[in-house]
Amino acid sequence: MQHTLSVTVEDKPGVLARVSAMFSNRGFNIHSLAVGPTNVEGRSRITLVVDAPELEQLKKQLHKLVNVIKVQELEPSETLEAEVMLVRVSCDPHSRGEVADTAALFATRMIDLSPKSMTFEISGTPEHLASFLEHVRPYGIIELVKSGRVALKKQSDVSTSLIGGGTR
Amino acid sequence: MKKQTFTGSNSLLRSLEHEGVEMIFGIPGGAILPAYDPLLDSPIRHILARHEQGAGHMAEGYAMATGRVGVAMTTSGPGATNLITPLQNAKMDSTPLVAITGQVGTAAIGSDAFQEAYTTGLAMHCTKHSYLVTDAGELPNVIHEAFHLASTGRPGPVLVDIPKDVLNQPTHWSEPSLAGLPGYKPTREGHPKQIKAAIDLIESAERPVLYVGGGVINAGASTELAEFAVAVNAPVVTTLMARGAFPDDHPLALGMSGMHGTYPATTAIQKADVLVSLGARFDDRVTGKVDAFAPHAKVIHVDVDPAEIGKVRQAEVPIVGDARLILRALLDRVLSLRDAADAPRRQEWFDQLDSWRKSHPLSYDQDPDGPIKTQHFIERLHALTNGEAVVTAGVGQHQMWASQFWRFSRPRSWINSGGLGTMGFAVPAAIGAKAARPDDLVYALDGDGCFQMTFQELITAATEGIPVKVAVFNNGGYGMVKQWQSLFYQGRISATSLGTTIPDYPNLAEAMGCVGLRVTHADQIDVTIEKSLSVNDRPVVVEVVTDPDEMCFPMIPAGGSNDDIAMGPEDL
Ligand SMILES: Cc1ncc(C[n+]2csc(CCOP(=O)(O)OP(=O)(O)O)c2C)c(N)n1
Ligand SMILES: [Mg+2]
Repeated sequence: MQHTLSVTVEDKPGVLARVSAMFSNRGFNIHSLAVGPTNVEGRSRITLVVDAPELEQLKKQLHKLVNVIKVQELEPSETLEAEVMLVRVSCDPHSRGEVADTAALFATRMIDLSPKSMTFEISGTPEHLASFLEHVRPYGIIELVKSGRVALKKQSDVSTSLIGGGTR
Repeated sequence: MKKQTFTGSNSLLRSLEHEGVEMIFGIPGGAILPAYDPLLDSPIRHILARHEQGAGHMAEGYAMATGRVGVAMTTSGPGATNLITPLQNAKMDSTPLVAITGQVGTAAIGSDAFQEAYTTGLAMHCTKHSYLVTDAGELPNVIHEAFHLASTGRPGPVLVDIPKDVLNQPTHWSEPSLAGLPGYKPTREGHPKQIKAAIDLIESAERPVLYVGGGVINAGASTELAEFAVAVNAPVVTTLMARGAFPDDHPLALGMSGMHGTYPATTAIQKADVLVSLGARFDDRVTGKVDAFAPHAKVIHVDVDPAEIGKVRQAEVPIVGDARLILRALLDRVLSLRDAADAPRRQEWFDQLDSWRKSHPLSYDQDPDGPIKTQHFIERLHALTNGEAVVTAGVGQHQMWASQFWRFSRPRSWINSGGLGTMGFAVPAAIGAKAARPDDLVYALDGDGCFQMTFQELITAATEGIPVKVAVFNNGGYGMVKQWQSLFYQGRISATSLGTTIPDYPNLAEAMGCVGLRVTHADQIDVTIEKSLSVNDRPVVVEVVTDPDEMCFPMIPAGGSNDDIAMGPEDL
């Protein structure tokens, strides 16, 4: 089971090592990890997607780390999530137009063009990225790289459940 | 003379003095050299250990005997790596410790410089927290935070790594603050709703048991525990770490539970309907097979560390906070509902416990003409000292016998390595305890195997004038491991014999500046103990030649259920 955790930490050397060591110490796998500054000076946020049967003990262990300030589990239904992906799609002058059309539908940016490939930058929910990949896969994916997931708790009451989730 | 510049080293010493440190256990070396210079002018006493592991265990002994933070100081590289065992030991047993290590100069860090080790990286897994100080200006706050972290919440070891150039850096000292710990706020008071729920459960229990761990000693809650046990009329089981938290001669005391616990203590938990865990952590040596542990009990779990709650066993009533404050609140709650004298009688339960006490006592057989039994020596030592001693132990059979046969009557009189099971703990821990409490008798009860790991610290004791006493139970080897080989490996004895003649313990002791004694016959035990007690100007080592074949019981085989407690080999 995948869980998303948002961990607010002091921006000090070694904090990321402590957090990731805690997971490896207890035998859990980190699926994705993103870290960066927050709007508060001296505070960073680590967003982790982890594979774990239950989170209670992990959350408590995270809390025990002295530099950890806040630990929040983000439920999928009330979470805004995004990832960034760079993907290089194989194409020749014939297929290039089709690929570009598809990419446009997904609001990507074309960042590199060669006679044999196009490289896109795309951001959005994990579903949005997955969907784009499905559509370009037939042309051949040469290479891709994904960032860790970042996430925030939703503040609006708008629910996406009625419309089956969404892209943006 | 030119006025000396105030450096990081001065600031460090000033900070340690500010924290009320009275002694440091350590060994100098290149990277920590600058700190040893102002130490000469400081009122802080330095006790020069002979090995950094010894320094660490001394600091632990000091801390466990007093409740104050123990301090160890070493150089970089090997000095720091030699400290790893005591750090992990202190982490497992929640002992407040601050370790100061020198580090290579900031510019050399990461270059595989001479005596460089990634100390904070090593410490990450065996401390509560660690610091690498990169500017001398940070020292006052870092040291203050280190002592605060070590001693509050769930106590534990904190390491401060200081590069040599930072120790030499000109700086100034200012009053420290804790503003740098925004995420650290241990809970102290128990939630009132949980206090009420706990009392409701205890009051209606027919077979309650108080399961008391080392947290009660750390919290200084023995007085509250005794009052509470009487007020709710519930029997008390103590873990290995909690020996002394509740007096063994109290009518409600059942002794220690677990792998080598007493039958009444272990079985009472198995039959309990309400188990009140106070500062204990459901360690595997206590629970045996977890699924079969206390199968009928609803659990009230009191702990200062929220992560302990639900880690091993789900609790019906979790209460996070300081054991002393929570016991006080529980007591207040009971007494607000009824008079102390109106506690439930639970006659059937107490009759049952009494019958177990009678049917399954701790026992051993001392043949007056046969080899000495460690248990017998321990009982005689207790009798001849009126139990007024701080006892430390190594790890093995002798440790279990000490915890079983010493009748504890007060907290901080039992100092041993519980969670990590570190052989070699007894001698240096005794030195730390004796340095802390010079007026008390400190007797290390050690195994021959354990003694051979750290006995060189007796040189420290002799030269520093710390007259500890050490009984070395010479059963010719690693008795506890041999016991397992006898019981579970068809008697195939592999690498557990040390022989009984080398070393010559009394001579070894004398060579280290101690008095060396040896006792081989039961009828000589009392005079030998008296002789050991009469020496007070030097450490004393008593070699007690004991029965090599004696086994430690009761015993619960590894992975077994606590219902399968064996009183002797015939039960296995
Ligand atoms: C540092 C360390 N190494 C190995 C062990 C495994 N071990 C546990 S008890 C024991 C034997 C202890 O021998 P001794 O001190 O003579 O005690 P006895 O059981 O004979 O009383 C050993 C080797 C340990 N606990 N600690
Ligand atoms: Mg032995």
